[in-house]
Amino acid sequence: MGKYFDMLLEDVRFEEGLKSCMNCGVCTAVCPAAEFYNYDPRQIVSIVQTRDEAEIERLLRSDTIWYCGECMSCRPRCPRGNTPGYVIQALRTLSQRTGLFVESEKGRQQLALKRLIGDNILATGYCLTPRNIRPELHPEQGTVWEWIVQNDEDLYGRFSDVYLKEGAGALRRVDDKTMDEIHRIFEVSGGQAFYDNIERHSDRKAREMGYDGATEEYMMDTYTKNSETHY
Amino acid sequence: MRRASWQEYQKDIADDKYYYARSCIRQNFFPGSEKAFLDILGKDLGIDIFDDPLHTSCTGIGYHSDVVPLETIMTVVARQFALMAEAGYENFISSCITSFGIYNEVLATWEEFPETKERTRRYLKEATGRELVLPRSIAHTSDIMFHHRRAIAQRAKHRLVNVHTGEPLRVVEHIGCHYAKIFPKSGIGGSEFPYVLAGMIEAWGGDVVDYPERRHCCGFGFRNYLVQANRGYSIANSHKKLESMAPYRPDFIVANCPGCAMFLDKWQYAIAEMEGTTYGADGRGIPVLTYEEMAGLVLGYDPWELGMQMHQVDVEPLLDKMGVAYDREAKYLGRGGKYIGKPAKVAVNCDEERRIYQIKR
Repeated sequence: MGKYFDMLLEDVRFEEGLKSCMNCGVCTAVCPAAEFYNYDPRQIVSIVQTRDEAEIERLLRSDTIWYCGECMSCRPRCPRGNTPGYVIQALRTLSQRTGLFVESEKGRQQLALKRLIGDNILATGYCLTPRNIRPELHPEQGTVWEWIVQNDEDLYGRFSDVYLKEGAGALRRVDDKTMDEIHRIFEVSGGQAFYDNIERHSDRKAREMGYDGATEEYMMDTYTKNSETHY
Repeated sequence: MRRASWQEYQKDIADDKYYYARSCIRQNFFPGSEKAFLDILGKDLGIDIFDDPLHTSCTGIGYHSDVVPLETIMTVVARQFALMAEAGYENFISSCITSFGIYNEVLATWEEFPETKERTRRYLKEATGRELVLPRSIAHTSDIMFHHRRAIAQRAKHRLVNVHTGEPLRVVEHIGCHYAKIFPKSGIGGSEFPYVLAGMIEAWGGDVVDYPERRHCCGFGFRNYLVQANRGYSIANSHKKLESMAPYRPDFIVANCPGCAMFLDKWQYAIAEMEGTTYGADGRGIPVLTYEEMAGLVLGYDPWELGMQMHQVDVEPLLDKMGVAYDREAKYLGRGGKYIGKPAKVAVNCDEERRIYQIKR
């Protein structure tokens, strides 16, 4: 067996997600991503199953593995009990561990996700908070969301006594001791190292592409630009 | 036979003594729903439910965006379970479908791959000094509402019935993929015939609408919404559902997952602005409710205390159909009764005069 396939086997989701695929294509039939993108989960599982290292590396460098929405609609329908969505999760993890994610447009978006969601977890204890869903980045959130953000303390205060304060209730400020525990969990379990690795490879690629490193401008370009070649 | 298929997928739901875990998305977009859930259980039904100030996000959105590794989220989940045990509880309930999927996935992984459980136990101890304890039961908060649906029906002030015609309201229910597609046995009715919302709707007098794309994803798709460049995926999937349900003329949509409720609300706004298309039978939007809001209206809660002013699509047409009394101006009051102004009106709102070009009926 080869390097990439062995690394995939270290991920329990890969072991759980791929037993043996008979290429029936039911996963592709129910897949919301397959309907929208030039994307075929059946093909991905088929490629990985061949253990062809060159083909697996091609996947790790590609946009293809980043199209899946992880809705897991494929999981209950597979007649062989495979989960293509788990295989995708394992491929994405490996693409980031090896740094190959920066070789595709969709893969490079991991920097934006790390900074917008990942860093927010370490700053607030939540994936999302009202003040990081900025209306200028979310025009689809509409006029009511703008109104909510402009009046957040008055409006959330109607439903929570602890908005941005410590205590029990919605959108409370998470206390410092809890945040210390979350930071230590990320240190001990490899979460922080995973974040650092995304930053390091993004910085390398950004310089290769002519930016001054993984700057705000580079991150926002990965967040907003679409080459319109994915359909 | 088909209607009874849900009964093959049953699960044990505890009657009382719940440890409550909040949802990032629900508390952002539907804080009134979280409050209503705690009030309905704690005050109306007299059930012991603990809202712990020490728990955090499960980090599930980070996990499904592939930036939080499996080992990390397992340890965060282990910390939540440890907090539950330290507080003296055994029944863990989650207010988020993504989290609910995560908790089930982590428990199943620990069982299938015991070495991952031992590694998590070590990480938890080293990082926090806490001990890993498994919950006796895991449920989504909608499972709890379903479990107590008859007690709620007995206290109903309103039913899901059009007071002007006497006809049951037509309700589209949206389950949310991670409720039962990952672990069908963890959801009431499984992944093919989920009954958790349908059971509430039927118990409270409404009719459930069946339509072709009933089980299709709302379109969240994690990175496919969270990154602006990818949002075409998200709106396209919501669009597919809305097109499919519109001919059945639903009076409202109710969603199991706070993310789905938000997307089905906000993408109606975006589609109306982009294409001039609306999906409500009245020429505006279809109101999208959380199940807590649906239960709250049935129990006679004030719609603005439920937080329904935070929806982009107006809910007033539904309130009128149900015969719910409400103060039109109180919608725009903040904490302490302070007037905070009104959001700009758009095509999906009731009193907007702009012409709608294409009304899907």
